[in-house]
Amino acid sequence: MATTPSTRTQAVESTATWRRSDRVALALCWAAGIALCVIAAAIVLYMLYKGIQTLRPSLLVDRPADGASQREAGGFLDPLVGTVVLTVMATAIALPLGVATALWLVEYGRPSGLARAVESGIEVIAGTPTIVLAIFGLAFFSQEIFSLLSFTAEGNAVFGRSFFIAAIMMSFIALPLVFGSTREALLAVPAYVREASYALGKSRWATIRRVLLPSIRPGIATGTALGMGRIAGDTAIVVILLGGTLRLEEAGGPPIFSTLKGTGSTLTSYVYENSPAGEGNAYDKAYAAAFVLLLVVIALNFAIDVIARERGDARWS
Amino acid sequence: MELMPPPPVRRIVLDDPPNVVAAPPTGTTTTAGPAAPGRPAASRRHPGAVVRERMRIEGLSVTYSGKPAVREVSLSIRAGEVLALIGPSGCGKTTLLRTLNRLTELTATAKRSGSLSLDSDNVDTLDVTELRRRVTMVFQQPNPFPMSIFENVAYALREQAQRRPKRPELAPAVESALRRAGLWDEVADDLDRPALRLSGGQQQRLCIARALAAQPEVLLLDEPCSALDPRSTAIIEHLIVELRQDLAVVIVTHNLQQAYRVADSVAFMYLGELVEHGSAEQVFGAPRAERTREYLAGAFG
Repeated sequence: MATTPSTRTQAVESTATWRRSDRVALALCWAAGIALCVIAAAIVLYMLYKGIQTLRPSLLVDRPADGASQREAGGFLDPLVGTVVLTVMATAIALPLGVATALWLVEYGRPSGLARAVESGIEVIAGTPTIVLAIFGLAFFSQEIFSLLSFTAEGNAVFGRSFFIAAIMMSFIALPLVFGSTREALLAVPAYVREASYALGKSRWATIRRVLLPSIRPGIATGTALGMGRIAGDTAIVVILLGGTLRLEEAGGPPIFSTLKGTGSTLTSYVYENSPAGEGNAYDKAYAAAFVLLLVVIALNFAIDVIARERGDARWS
Repeated sequence: MELMPPPPVRRIVLDDPPNVVAAPPTGTTTTAGPAAPGRPAASRRHPGAVVRERMRIEGLSVTYSGKPAVREVSLSIRAGEVLALIGPSGCGKTTLLRTLNRLTELTATAKRSGSLSLDSDNVDTLDVTELRRRVTMVFQQPNPFPMSIFENVAYALREQAQRRPKRPELAPAVESALRRAGLWDEVADDLDRPALRLSGGQQQRLCIARALAAQPEVLLLDEPCSALDPRSTAIIEHLIVELRQDLAVVIVTHNLQQAYRVADSVAFMYLGELVEHGSAEQVFGAPRAERTREYLAGAFG
């Protein structure tokens, strides 16, 4: 039975017949909407203006200058790489964890007490400010048993700072988003689709693997893209857990592992360092980096829109 | 109260039906097994069909959170014939049907008592996935998976979550299932079309093809035509009558004329109890129970 969802027709009526208070309220709502558009446009246009003024291609391919001051020389190649690496790593952790948790909760969810506990646990994580996550991560990963993950000093003092650790804590930002959108997508799959699979003698796992996962893929992608945007935009965790060096500093060991165990920066921490609040003393470069970051996040949001639109057609009737 | 004459409807005739006048079976129908003497061959049964018991239901009761939905039902389901479950809404027909492949177990509050056997094996001793492969089901709502037409049928043929065997190996089996469901001619040119783009009647026949692909022994149909237009309904009814030749078919229906058209035997349920069970001719032509008579006369339902 392929019933297409009926498109709701807008009631045509003139607001002139409305009561005065209703018309005032409508005008306020309208004004609020316009104001938001103006603010969004102002941010993007201002950053565009500043970006065009300050962004030079060389900034994208030059490494930051050695030392704190960025005024004389240096670009933000390392922060750009840092943003990409950290986003990929954190997403790689959050994606399987969030999807698996949502699958367990919706498809199994027993004992129900544990299910409720998991749900509130994720709500707590979602509500935790990232600076708190960062401070917790620093304390937790400074323990000696985690020395493999962290950059260390002579005499084996564990700093609790590295790409590994920052990525682990960053993944908690994306986790609730991935979990939430996966769960919503699963709940939107009608029960009769699962029953159809069970009625063919398929196990729960086969049903999840072959029927549910393919049909919730757009939901998972939306949550992941949202999470990546949040990770790319977070500053607190980077400033505290990534070691505060603008350049990628290796921590020794096999090549890639050494970098991931080491410290570095992202576009967000680069902007912070070069803003009037930091020590970089190169406001122009902060603007340029902020503009690039904005482009990255807008691109991710655009990706979400595309995915969400794809979800619209050929779904459950 | 006057006996109801059979509803004036067309009958589906396969080949030349033997001209046997149906007589009411002797003895109480609920205990009449397949070998019970005196049971006439239903006039619509295919002449070559061998009728033998596939499933036996004995003293089956199902409750939801303690509230009984099916009470002490005993029935036998025979290969080579179509059994129609009729009765007013909420009388337990669908619950009874869903119990046959243990789908009620998915409902946390459902509890079952009484015994249920498939080819004289207690269904509880069978692996539930194996049972459901042998006793497949088609639902009221056409529910194809969001995959291509081919993959919908192939899914039923593969082991659990595996992707093998690959398409070339499965193609003949998929084709034969689609042919049996009478859908092949309409979809053969584009098996990669998404199943959800098919019309409602086609989707339902795809679901039947999917259910047949697993080579089941018993096919359960839960009001398969209630969401369909008359033409699709006619096609599916034809199909049901043909399928009866190789397997046992149980159909739940609210449509008495449909039950009359397709069924060899009819079981009337009321408030969870099996009120009457007999050949279609007997139940529609000469119902024994007062309740059945009233229901067929449209007094309630």
